[in-house]
Amino acid sequence: MRVGVVTFPGTLDDIDAARAVRYAGGEAVALWHGDHDLRGVDAVVLPGGFSYGDYLRCGAIARFAPVMSEIIDAAERGMPVLGICNGFQILCEAHLLPGALVRNESLHFVCRDQGLRVENVDTAWTRGFAPNAEIVVPVKNGEGGYIADEATLDRLEGEGRVVFRYIGGNPNGSRRDIAGITNAAGNVVGLMPHPEHAIDPLTGPGTDGLGLFTALLERGHRKPRGQRAACPNTAAT
Amino acid sequence: MDSVEHAAQTPDHPQPFADLGLKPEEYQRIRDILGRRPTSSELAMYSVMWSEHCSYKSSKVHLRQFGEKAPESEALLVGIGENAGVVDIGDGWAVTFKVESHNHPSYIEPYQGAATGVGGIVRDILSMGARPLAVMDQLRFGAVDEPDTARVVHGVVSGVGGYGNCLGLPNIGGETVFDPCYQTNPLVNALCVGAMRHEDIHVSSARGAGNLVVLYGALTGGDGIGGVSVLASESFDETGPSKRPAVQVGDPFMEKLLIECTLELLKAGLIEGIQDLGGAGLSCATSEMASNGDGGMHVWLDRVPLRDATLSPEEILMSESQERMCAVVTPANRDAFMAICQKWGVTATVIGEVTEGDRLVIEWHDEVVVDVPPRTVAHDGPVYNRPLAQPAALAPRQAVPTEPERTDPRETLLALLGSPNHSSKAWVTDQYDRYVRGNTVLAQPEDAGVIRIDEESGRGIAIATDCNARFVELDPYSGTQLALSEAYRNVAATGAVPLAVTNCLNFGSPEDPAVMWQFERAVTGLADACQQLAIPVTGGNVSFYNQTGGAAIHPTPVVGVLGVFDDVARRTPIAWGPDGELIYLLGDTREEFGGSAVATLQGLLTGMPPQVDLDAERVLAEILVAGSRDGMLTAAHDVADGGVGLALAEMAMRAGIGARTWVPDGVDAFTFLFSESAARAIVVVPRSEEMRFTEMCGARRFACERIGVVDSGLGDLLQIGDIELSIEQMSQVSGAVLPAYF
Repeated sequence: MRVGVVTFPGTLDDIDAARAVRYAGGEAVALWHGDHDLRGVDAVVLPGGFSYGDYLRCGAIARFAPVMSEIIDAAERGMPVLGICNGFQILCEAHLLPGALVRNESLHFVCRDQGLRVENVDTAWTRGFAPNAEIVVPVKNGEGGYIADEATLDRLEGEGRVVFRYIGGNPNGSRRDIAGITNAAGNVVGLMPHPEHAIDPLTGPGTDGLGLFTALLERGHRKPRGQRAACPNTAAT
Repeated sequence: MDSVEHAAQTPDHPQPFADLGLKPEEYQRIRDILGRRPTSSELAMYSVMWSEHCSYKSSKVHLRQFGEKAPESEALLVGIGENAGVVDIGDGWAVTFKVESHNHPSYIEPYQGAATGVGGIVRDILSMGARPLAVMDQLRFGAVDEPDTARVVHGVVSGVGGYGNCLGLPNIGGETVFDPCYQTNPLVNALCVGAMRHEDIHVSSARGAGNLVVLYGALTGGDGIGGVSVLASESFDETGPSKRPAVQVGDPFMEKLLIECTLELLKAGLIEGIQDLGGAGLSCATSEMASNGDGGMHVWLDRVPLRDATLSPEEILMSESQERMCAVVTPANRDAFMAICQKWGVTATVIGEVTEGDRLVIEWHDEVVVDVPPRTVAHDGPVYNRPLAQPAALAPRQAVPTEPERTDPRETLLALLGSPNHSSKAWVTDQYDRYVRGNTVLAQPEDAGVIRIDEESGRGIAIATDCNARFVELDPYSGTQLALSEAYRNVAATGAVPLAVTNCLNFGSPEDPAVMWQFERAVTGLADACQQLAIPVTGGNVSFYNQTGGAAIHPTPVVGVLGVFDDVARRTPIAWGPDGELIYLLGDTREEFGGSAVATLQGLLTGMPPQVDLDAERVLAEILVAGSRDGMLTAAHDVADGGVGLALAEMAMRAGIGARTWVPDGVDAFTFLFSESAARAIVVVPRSEEMRFTEMCGARRFACERIGVVDSGLGDLLQIGDIELSIEQMSQVSGAVLPAYF
């Protein structure tokens, strides 16, 4: 399966996201912000960072990038799209997901290993997890507080669209401890924590984050993992 | 316009050399070099390049020792004098690392001062041709409860974080120390490490007549004018900070673009020579590149793209606007160079060319405003052998041995954990991204930061920086050797083989003979110790004038040691492992409390620092590295400030598992727990490896004593002899200190 990883000017975690795709057995395809071209990918990751410096509202400029108009179209047709941190902010700015991310309640950037509960295991990115699985992945953001009006929050809860919830402490003041959400179709997921930093115990708190990437690939291939590595360039069917 | 022609015609025109920080004899020397009075642009260039910060005029005579005493090292690829030293770490990989100070700007404007400190050192590493991989920060603040300290701490920590996080470099460690001596002179040192393949090493030189000089990156503005001369090379006076316009303003987004753009240019082979613009801006870049090259240089200064169109040529030459680089490019590569810059949205302008001959000529709207031999600007500045005198108060102070009151060990350990310098630094380090790029293997609060460089082989590096300035205050020679010993030991504790040394020497005014004496002793101590440990100094930085009025800081020579791993997968963490593993203390414990943490708790600063034993440090490092390589160690932690007591507490808190430890025969509990004898470490050994490990120590005649066992049956308790501490309570005490103040 070919998974596009977008680089905007100021994107920082693109190499990490690409590594996570590779660890999961997929092929990472670099996508450039200025191109109207998704290079035939089967899914897209919008990684973390500070797109265009984020000197305006985070993600506010990135949503207008040429590549985003392609991603918005593809997402509406059902392509799996994962937004991590700045990617989540961009998905909200692009109205692929409701709500917004605001400055952390502490007013400080926070980087720590964070507990999460996976509350929706029906999305394209979480179907590999057991219901209500508790995982640990790093969180690192300055503007990660999820906010929406009460009606929207109620609707997200009611429709089971809260995908990840913080446990063991809320790092940024997110409403209702929401760490990640999905769209109604379940193909677009955004979260503030960084699953791509939890794919190897050598360099992260564990391997809990890898599940998002393997879930996608297993759905795409419906093949055991061992075979996938042998033919990484095979497109999903 | 004060052109060269005009200057020749008006020899008696008075010039404000003193306001620019030049002494009368230095001004006269410029006139002698040029055979006329300098133009105002030339005066601007000489004033910044001959500043203490750029020219090392007071330190040079002493720093020579680092080269003269350097041990033979095949690892050293590029030595002192370039933007940063480069060492070979094997498999064709080269690593470059350096620490720099940004002390004065960070007191005046803490956020921007600290942010641009990070930005500056990152560009130094980039200009060697390396991809920057990680940063560390060495911070010294005033007393934790002084009101102004919070202003500086909040600004500096968010500045280091704001810049580094946005730039996408993991922060893998550093130091945070509070002491009243830094009240009006906080220290903000920043380290960057980068890696490249051997063939990608670049140096700063302008070669090949006809080649183009390209300025690329941010536009040039009025910020930071005189940063190195007026700000960094003078003491603050009693009226406090007022030199705000001399502080630069950073744009980390632009720096990220500059990194990616530069690496792409290097990879495409489009750069003949490269230099970052930091202190002294274009004055430094043009004169250094021309001086290092094989000819001269001609610059059309009016082509420099400006943020502020009203800037004069003098201001453009002195501006320290951030996020700028200068490259030498062949005419044939010009279009390809520009295309890559355009891809990254980076402004690039041809501002000059390399010429035959040996002059640096700068024009401003068709008038020559600078015509100088570049070497006289960049390298042949004044050199001072300043008077030295041991401070009169030192000998009487050294003569009073430190004998702290033997307070209750349990209460003392909790008091240490609850003191700002020995408590958890998570409030600081949790504001820094330590994960980005996915190669961080160890970061704070581990003994050293460890970064994987090659994903295939696992080859990587460890870096630690240390300086206990109380030791250096008591005895600069051995205190500096202890700083090196600690950093060396910290690197070895993670399992890395120590390879090279860098430093950032923070001192008071060189015009004070007592400060100069401290400096000379510190440099000599470091050079001698590096010779004995057989690891070369690859570069460094000197920061003088860290004083307000007559009161200088404690001399603070921060020493950084770089170590290498063939495979970072065998790194040794500080957290002890599973049940039943054995805890050993390596090294000898003597009654040594001079400059120690417990002495400081009791307000004592007398006597001598702990004894230096470099041979023991070397053997200890060999044991720690062999223990890692042969799988004999689960955990290791160096014993330094706070002694064995604090080291055990830190290991227990990191692991969250209890342990039973005891006080060995022949030593009292207080000395065992809180003495700060050097060349010691605590290691944790699986039972299956005990025999092999103790035999290895015995073969090396190194003291090795079992002092405990990991015991999860104790749950949350750390037992040390007859005292018991709850790990949760220790973590709470330690974690609550900094959040209570900031």
